[in-house]
Amino acid sequence: MQQISKEMKASQSAAMSLHTEEVKRLKAIAKELRIWTIKMLAEAGSGHPGGSLSAIDIITTLYFHTLRHRPQEPNWPLRDRFILSKGHGVPALYAALAKSGYFPIEELMTLRKTGSRMQGHPVAGTVPGVEASTGSLGQGITIAQGLAMASKMDGNPYRVFSLIGDGETQEGQVWETAMSAPKFGLDNLTVFLDYNKGQIDGTTKEVMDLEPLADKWAAFNWDVQEIDGHDIEQILRAIDRTASTLGKPHMIIAHTVKGKGVSFMENNMGWHGKTPNKEEAEQAIRELERIVI
Amino acid sequence: MAALSTRQSFGEEVAKLGEKNHNIVVMDSDLGKSTMTGAFAKKFPDRYFEMGIAEHNMIGTAAGLAMGGKIPFATSFSCFLISRYETIRMSVCYSLTNVKLVGTHSGIGVGEDGYSQMGLEDIAMLRSLPNITILQPADDIETRKAVRWAAETDGAVYLRLTRQKVADVHGENYDFKIGKGDVLRKPANAKAAVIATGGVVYNSLKAAEELEKEGIAVTVVNIHTIKPLDAELVLSLAKETGRIIVIEDHSEFGGLGSAVSEVISDSGIATKLLRHGVKEYGYSGTPEDLYDRFGFSTPKIKDVIKTFLKK
Repeated sequence: MQQISKEMKASQSAAMSLHTEEVKRLKAIAKELRIWTIKMLAEAGSGHPGGSLSAIDIITTLYFHTLRHRPQEPNWPLRDRFILSKGHGVPALYAALAKSGYFPIEELMTLRKTGSRMQGHPVAGTVPGVEASTGSLGQGITIAQGLAMASKMDGNPYRVFSLIGDGETQEGQVWETAMSAPKFGLDNLTVFLDYNKGQIDGTTKEVMDLEPLADKWAAFNWDVQEIDGHDIEQILRAIDRTASTLGKPHMIIAHTVKGKGVSFMENNMGWHGKTPNKEEAEQAIRELERIVI
Repeated sequence: MAALSTRQSFGEEVAKLGEKNHNIVVMDSDLGKSTMTGAFAKKFPDRYFEMGIAEHNMIGTAAGLAMGGKIPFATSFSCFLISRYETIRMSVCYSLTNVKLVGTHSGIGVGEDGYSQMGLEDIAMLRSLPNITILQPADDIETRKAVRWAAETDGAVYLRLTRQKVADVHGENYDFKIGKGDVLRKPANAKAAVIATGGVVYNSLKAAEELEKEGIAVTVVNIHTIKPLDAELVLSLAKETGRIIVIEDHSEFGGLGSAVSEVISDSGIATKLLRHGVKEYGYSGTPEDLYDRFGFSTPKIKDVIKTFLKK
């Protein structure tokens, strides 16, 4: 029986503590992005807190760990792409882009103001780092497919990621893309599904139940994983695991909580498209600041 | 030169352009045999994508391919393609992607298949979008130049093509100018101007030539660029005779006739305008019979012009 050498043990534990440090770093960023999300929405007076907060951990992991991108060179042709298909979650994206250095963080407070480039849903050609105009559900995933195909044609220099919503998955176009992506062998495409179980008129179960959701994606020939969408370690591991399945696009169903991080918003459909007033925002920020990493 | 359908001209030209331009990509939605993409597909299989009967998916994927530096020509029948308007609105136009939408089987010229396969409202739908160029070539040479222009110019384009063969209107030395009306005949004593587009241009020109022999003179202008419209030319035609007929194989509600009407109304120039398009649903029949019944045959166009001039 081979003994694990002292050197190997040491390097294993160094790797683990690097990993733990990395997870802590990402958690701290996610906390900060949540605070910015509340601040910008409170200032804007309109927008979508519920679906922005549920997406933050995924977006944090992508922008601060996984994506190869250059904030100082937003159009770097070899950059990994992220398409926010659930466009109403744009506050989370804007916060990640600002924190990454695409533009000054203070600009977040101009969200939805008249003439501001921080529009209520992402618009191509406005904010650096925003790839596509979304907000009309069911389309971003298709754009992501096209980008993944372009990358494959050019020797696969970049990966493509997209985030869709659960309500959004009711749109037929999502399933057209679900059907075609495997045909083109798009293993460079990874789609996260923000499964926060809520939409506007009610829970997804009440409005139009998606179950059995993982089965559906598997039946469409995607490589499917299910994770806790607020556990950064699980997000990291899921992204790593996509490398071991070749020839298939990847679906990561992330079980999340609408309004995650703010007690009075969590799982409350009312906070899909309603912003906190001054007192509510202050309470929300106090709660978020108390999060221990 | 033997008459070709403009869809055939497109198919040949895009295959030719694909030789030097390696970014061109062609996409089908299970209508490749009809959209004439076979030549390109055979020559460049790695740049050809069969997307199946899912047009929203094809259009959105074209947007993504364009973002990745490709020049996608996404094809289907005009009615099936442009009716997927929401994806065109957001993923093509509002996302500023360099997508070329190619709709064949436009108008009642489709014939026996009947209305469900006829593109009759497509121009109306797209005219409302700020940043799309709408092109409808009248013959083979104009189609080739339009396809080349589309491939070489950045921005969303819609190319509206025929199923049926169309006779040549232009000679080899035709100077295609994007955005500019193409004046085919302009007699000094013209009583009216006939503005035509696409499959009906040849018959409109023939009708004018025959009417000349009967002592009736009309100007004939081919509009290949429906959006952005050559307003300057339209207004000069209005000023010259105060009488304009717009002929198109498309609904009268929202097509080229409406675009011309808008420009003239804005100007305040007193003009009698007749929109001669399709007012009702198309139906099954031979293209020739349908053209005659809907008033697009040469004899019928002559009647329309004569009646209009009497008013």
